[in-house]
Amino acid sequence: MPEAAEKCVFKPTEGLTEKPLHYCPGCSHGIIHRLIAEVLEEMGQLDNTVGVGPVGCAAFCEQYFNVDWVAAAHGRAPAVATGVRRAVPDAVVFTYQGDGDLAAIGIAEAMHAAIRGEKITTIFVNNAIYGMTGGQMAPTTLIGMKTTTSPYGRKAEETGYPVDIPKLFSEIPGAAYVASGSTDSPKAVLQTKKYIRRAFETQLAGHGYSLVSVLSNCPTNWGLTPVKAMEWIRENLVPNYTMGELKVPTAAKGGEQA
Amino acid sequence: MGYVVINTELCKGCELCISACNRGALSLSETQNRKGYQPVSLARPEKCNGCSLCAIMCPDVAITVYR
Amino acid sequence: MQKLLVKGNEAISEAAIQAGCKLFFGYPITPSNEIIEYMARRLPEVGGHMVQAESEVSSIYMLLGAAGAGERCMTGTSGCGFSLMQEGMSFLAAYELPVVIVDVARLGPALGNLDPSQGDYFQWTRGGGHGDYYNFVLAPSGVQEAADLMGLAFDLADQYRMPAVVAMDGVLGQMMEPVTFRQTDTAHLPPKTWAARGKKGGPKHDVVGYILDPVKAERSDIQRAARYDQIRATEQRWEEIALDDADLVVVSFGTAGRVARAAVREARQQGIKVGLIRPITLWPFPTNPIATALTQNAKGFMVAEMNMGQMVEDVRLAVNGRAPVYLHRNMGGSMPTTEELVARIRTLAGEVSVHA
Ligand SMILES: Cc1ncc(C[n+]2csc(CCOP(=O)(O)OP(=O)(O)O)c2C)c(N)n1
Ligand code: SF4
Ligand code: SF4
Ligand code: SF4
Repeated sequence: MPEAAEKCVFKPTEGLTEKPLHYCPGCSHGIIHRLIAEVLEEMGQLDNTVGVGPVGCAAFCEQYFNVDWVAAAHGRAPAVATGVRRAVPDAVVFTYQGDGDLAAIGIAEAMHAAIRGEKITTIFVNNAIYGMTGGQMAPTTLIGMKTTTSPYGRKAEETGYPVDIPKLFSEIPGAAYVASGSTDSPKAVLQTKKYIRRAFETQLAGHGYSLVSVLSNCPTNWGLTPVKAMEWIRENLVPNYTMGELKVPTAAKGGEQA
Repeated sequence: MGYVVINTELCKGCELCISACNRGALSLSETQNRKGYQPVSLARPEKCNGCSLCAIMCPDVAITVYR
Repeated sequence: MQKLLVKGNEAISEAAIQAGCKLFFGYPITPSNEIIEYMARRLPEVGGHMVQAESEVSSIYMLLGAAGAGERCMTGTSGCGFSLMQEGMSFLAAYELPVVIVDVARLGPALGNLDPSQGDYFQWTRGGGHGDYYNFVLAPSGVQEAADLMGLAFDLADQYRMPAVVAMDGVLGQMMEPVTFRQTDTAHLPPKTWAARGKKGGPKHDVVGYILDPVKAERSDIQRAARYDQIRATEQRWEEIALDDADLVVVSFGTAGRVARAAVREARQQGIKVGLIRPITLWPFPTNPIATALTQNAKGFMVAEMNMGQMVEDVRLAVNGRAPVYLHRNMGGSMPTTEELVARIRTLAGEVSVHA
């Protein structure tokens, strides 16, 4: 039990509310929420931030983030964030979006926010599946992966190949910072946290759009235990997606390159 | 040396912390919380060094670490 | 005050700026382009921004974000662009966000043909999106009125926390008339304490539209329905001519209403007992003057509109079987002429007085 000499080295962040998260046991959404909240707290931006939410499992996430919030319709978060950004030029504005939300229905809004160099940050949660609606195929679903709408496994000749969002976005001149992390291990989680911080720093420095892709799990719809799901990320998602920092603002070079 | 405090009502028994802890300090407890999950507990406190790896993986912010 | 000769589209743009609108989000489409172009020129002069979106889907959500942050903002579009905005308009209504949306309507489907049309009446007044909601719909019939209604649209939107649609058409958008820009008094409007701009040391603001608790969801809908009822009771606006002794009442709005006004005056000079109701709010629909006309002398109604017959349904609902309702319609992008309406008025006035 607590002894006087000991000090707290890890405690819940002020960036999250007291509300218990509704996600399935072991779901990466909770880890990613915490990372964003910790970074905003450490940067002293909790009072100066407006988050914009997705539709997906994280549709109700404004209850958890201790910052102002505007919820968007499915895929439209980058457009909503653009409106907020133009209305409140000095705030930190970020979107939180799943792979269905960003890579399917909302790819136009996301790409054009990047093309405009909109000074917002997007946290892109890639679990290779539609979680909320019960495990359908996403544009990020791997070839051969079985989902409820690809029951025989995703076939390239019918549905093409998984889209590598960070790679695609790194080609857009308006995107100033693009990084791709994961949640499969403590090391990966800490690395992802650094990316998230650099993305917000990029925004505050006025460099342009920033995106952090985070490989995440969906134990429920993958039919795996949370521990196995993390292994599955490591063995299957990581090799299929570009990882690391793909693009850093020219002034701030020095981060590791993929 | 260190120790962790688990918020057993937030814990969903996902075991991510158990697999993150390379010192084998954590185990699921035999009890159930109000939501019906089996929360994790610091079963072998003598092994804990307060490294926080467990807390870094916890999706439900259920772990506080002291060192 | 100085009068300026300007196009309808420019008049509404300047009026919006005078009303404190600093943000415009839009996607080019004829015949609304003068709005986005005017905003691109003028907004930077007043410290604002025009953001050219990649689509109308995006424009409407940019509007949602800016309105959620508490700014006066607007978009302008036409026909199919307005259709693309419907999903977002459902969210705006549910979030109870004040925005102004201008539709410079054109004949549908909006590809190639630019002729004016009032075929968007259902889109304007019935929503068109999903869910259970209404928007203010303001329908000018001239350039000065369009400018005046822009200020009103922003004020009503702020007062009742709901979107306001300004229903134009290509003729009104392109027509030039002298305009005086008038300031409205905004002192009575509620402060936007709910806006999401960062907590700044205060409590957290969530601009969201969903309510998961069924009891609260029902309560919220009941409250909004009560607000809609209050608006129906207090915010109907219309222009009327000679209703007191009219046997026949012409009901017509916008560009058609402008022609109808001339036709009713002409018919009066010819001794026909005809009156005019020109709805200025299409929602709330002006049922009050229709009820009054029925208690006076009205024996029949003639609806003149530039579509297959859309507003006629609202007139029939208001008349509720108490008198015949006739439809004079101009379709395919055509407009009524004064002579054509006078001739129809003459015929119908004869019919209603015989049947009465
Ligand atoms: C316009 C529209 N179409 C479809 C849906 C249904 N829908 C809700 S969430 C979702 C997919 C969510 O998947 P993803 O973005 O990957 O997030 P996750 O749930 O996996 O976190 C879909 C298709 C919707 N809400 N709105
Ligand atoms: S369905 Fe999947 S993505 Fe959604 S909360 Fe559950 S595990 Fe997470
Ligand atoms: S702090 Fe480190 S050693 Fe202690 S339980 Fe957590 S992971 Fe294990
Ligand atoms: S990671 Fe968190 S929620 Fe999962 S078992 Fe450990 S303490 Fe419980």
